[in-house]
Amino acid sequence: MKLLSGNDLKSGKVVWWTGQDWSLHIEDAVDTGDQGEAIAHAEEGARRVNVPYVLDGVMTPEGPRPAHIKDRIRALGPTVRPDLTLKPADPDAGNWVI
Amino acid sequence: MYRYDQYDQSIVDARVEEFRDQVARRLSGALTEDQFKPLRLMNGLYLQLHAYMLRVAVPYGTLNGRQMRMLASIARKYDRGYGHFTTRQNIQFNWIELADTPDILADLSTVEMHAIQTSGNCIRNISSDQFAGAAADEVTDPRPWAELLRQWSSFHPEFTYLPRKFKFAVIASDEDRAAMRLHDIGIRIVERDGEHGARIFAGGGMGRTPMVSHEIKEFVPLSDLLPYLEACLRVYNRYGRRDNMYKARIKILVNDLGAEEYARQVEEEFAGLKALDLDPPKAEFDRISAYFAPPAFETSLSDDIDRRDPDFAVWLDQNVRTHKQPGYAIATISLKPVGGIPGDATAEQMEVMAALAERYSFDELRVTHSQNVVLPHVRKADLYAVWQTLREAGLAEANLDLISDIIACPGLDYCSLANARSIPVAQKIATRFADQKRQKELGELKLKISGCINACGHHHAGHIGILGVDRKGTENYQLLLGGSGAEDVSLAKITGPGFDEDGIVDAIEKVTDLYLEQRTEGERFVDTYRRIGMPAFKEAIYG
Repeated sequence: MKLLSGNDLKSGKVVWWTGQDWSLHIEDAVDTGDQGEAIAHAEEGARRVNVPYVLDGVMTPEGPRPAHIKDRIRALGPTVRPDLTLKPADPDAGNWVI
Repeated sequence: MYRYDQYDQSIVDARVEEFRDQVARRLSGALTEDQFKPLRLMNGLYLQLHAYMLRVAVPYGTLNGRQMRMLASIARKYDRGYGHFTTRQNIQFNWIELADTPDILADLSTVEMHAIQTSGNCIRNISSDQFAGAAADEVTDPRPWAELLRQWSSFHPEFTYLPRKFKFAVIASDEDRAAMRLHDIGIRIVERDGEHGARIFAGGGMGRTPMVSHEIKEFVPLSDLLPYLEACLRVYNRYGRRDNMYKARIKILVNDLGAEEYARQVEEEFAGLKALDLDPPKAEFDRISAYFAPPAFETSLSDDIDRRDPDFAVWLDQNVRTHKQPGYAIATISLKPVGGIPGDATAEQMEVMAALAERYSFDELRVTHSQNVVLPHVRKADLYAVWQTLREAGLAEANLDLISDIIACPGLDYCSLANARSIPVAQKIATRFADQKRQKELGELKLKISGCINACGHHHAGHIGILGVDRKGTENYQLLLGGSGAEDVSLAKITGPGFDEDGIVDAIEKVTDLYLEQRTEGERFVDTYRRIGMPAFKEAIYG
């Protein structure tokens, strides 16, 4: 599957394309098929996202996940600071990252 | 330390307002990201893996308590309560919002700080010896010259768009604590026949093509230093490769031309510049220099230190160095707690360091390229009180220059350029070798980790270096041995096939075991490596 990600222009936070909007949570991401580049172009033009790019993903029982470790770390947060990830209270949150 | 005059302050304030306008235009859509990116980079603002990252300049690593408190305030108010001290003696904040950046720069300006020259193809923050002004082995304090270079290079119209970034280091002692020979241009101030001058080294650097610099001039009178350096930059600016960013650093030019030919062209350029009489006025240098006058050291202080507390004695022996003034010492605050993140400090820890500087070190702090912080002028009688405060703040790790005093870049946990994580590897190594006696037994051992070939973690300069690479989407770590960024400069060599995260820790244990087995009296790890060579270490690692 193909995922679309970028950074929020104002905050810089990592965001994922949900089909309608952008979400901080990888679980909300959808397969963009072959539309990723076109969506990225339109959304960047509308200043709803910064530096968007299409990446490979895989569907897991827990939801979509980026295929590459770099994007998985982007999706969750730094592996060395679980308190700063999107799921600071979940000790298993990072198990899919590495 | 240097204080801004009205010109410095007005330049920095104007820059803040200029960037405020640029940010507003970016947020309104008047600027595209392609248009905005070079502007934000000129103000130290990167877009990293998780968010914007702001790199704040700490010129030649020197700052005072007020400035450190401001860094703590920024960490708390605009970031997530911490900062990361870098191998360029700067500090980075990892979670900055674009809209906040002008206010952060405005806050920095109130304490004479900024983020200029921390990115872009310009002359970057000048680095220097963290013991400057305190070291017993220096011929003079190198910081007035570093400050002069800072002023000369800031917004230098000719050198704002160089072929690639450009890094200077200035030292003035036999011991090289600044990795001077691994800079684009290294300057070592020496004394000859009662006169101070500069030995000039050009074409060093790490990155994907590591090179040790060549000495191109054995003595430049300091009155000629700026025009000579201007000539060095002009030749580079004219002939540096702009067609290929991977071949654009001066080291490639010097290597291609040959050091002798590069030096000849510099001399030719210098002759023309010298005739223009562009040297800075002596009065201006004297004005700068006055800010670096030695503090009001007390005289007749005792050199005795009460060592009855054994934990204090361990820290004293490991983290405290000789000061040129009797009765004083140089104390290094390790930012490498075992299992911690190398170079990170919380806002609270920054405030502790600021308070210690104000109370015990003539209000001076230094950031080291090894990602530690120095209290340069501490009375020996105050060391115990300093240590007690550091211990309460989690800052009293006694591991300076030991195996757990690891340089590590942010790696894949934070950096968009990285291929592998550096910090977890550093944490595992430090944990494996946590035992103080074991570390002490291994002695001086500089271990440096980079998460990609750009080498921000200085892996080529490590007695033991580690380079993280991407092997088909999996992190892999190459082991290097035999490097040094010090006066015995050398580049580390790769041992062979790489390892996974646990494998690299095991491999390091094998090479340190071999060292303990093979060393002769007084040999450090790197000395033994140089004596017995790579094959013995390869055999120990790969069998």
